[in-house]
Amino acid sequence: MITRREFLVLTAASVAVPAAVNAQVDPNLAANRKAAFQSALLKLVGDAKVQRGRVKLQLPPLIDNGNSVPLSVAVESPMTDADHVKAIHVLTEKNPLPDVVSVRLSPRAGRASLATRVRLADTQTVTAIAQMSDGSFWSDSAEVVVTLSACLEEGLI
Amino acid sequence: MARAVVTLPAQAKRGEIIEIKTLAQHAMETGFRRTQTGDLIPRDIIRRFTCIYNGTEVYRVDLHPAIAANPLIAFNTVATESGTLTFQWVGDNGYTVTEIASIRVE
Repeated sequence: MITRREFLVLTAASVAVPAAVNAQVDPNLAANRKAAFQSALLKLVGDAKVQRGRVKLQLPPLIDNGNSVPLSVAVESPMTDADHVKAIHVLTEKNPLPDVVSVRLSPRAGRASLATRVRLADTQTVTAIAQMSDGSFWSDSAEVVVTLSACLEEGLI
Repeated sequence: MARAVVTLPAQAKRGEIIEIKTLAQHAMETGFRRTQTGDLIPRDIIRRFTCIYNGTEVYRVDLHPAIAANPLIAFNTVATESGTLTFQWVGDNGYTVTEIASIRVE
């Protein structure tokens, strides 16, 4: 028969161990995710210059639940054979993986747009990048505040 | 049973830009979550969505774990001719769903 005192000691020990594991994981997390974001960006655009404008990224500024966030991207473009949007990419800074979604388009799309729902792990900046047929890159970013993270068990602070 | 829903106008004028909304039923398991015993739940997501208009691919999306469960994808395309639109979702563990819709263009 286990006494109340023994039970409390055992419970305290089992709670303390995961907390210590989390403490070991945390310090480099922010730096690692930033590096992952930079390498994902480099993979998409290479050494091309990304200019601000032409892209419109819409996200609610305050998000109660990061598990399902409405996101829409629209790119200004005539969508002709000579001048159209080839691809749209959405990246995040603090999600476990920087990539969110990538779209391939042709002039047949008529209007370069995307609407979907995403998961966001933390208060962060979301970036949308459009690749034009002439090889130029345009971007827009949105600051969002997330109150309930999509990844609570990650121990993200 | 995996299911998907597609909404698009039944008819359109030639050259008109139409809006298509699609919704697939899928948990989009990220691969980052753990069970209560600490085991990692393996990733199970839809990786790619394609829309094919009379044999021509008009829209393609690569999805990542950051897409919410039951992925909604809304986009535009030009109504060029009457025919069929094929929507296909392909994912992990052999997930494949195909929806076919027809459109009349005048």
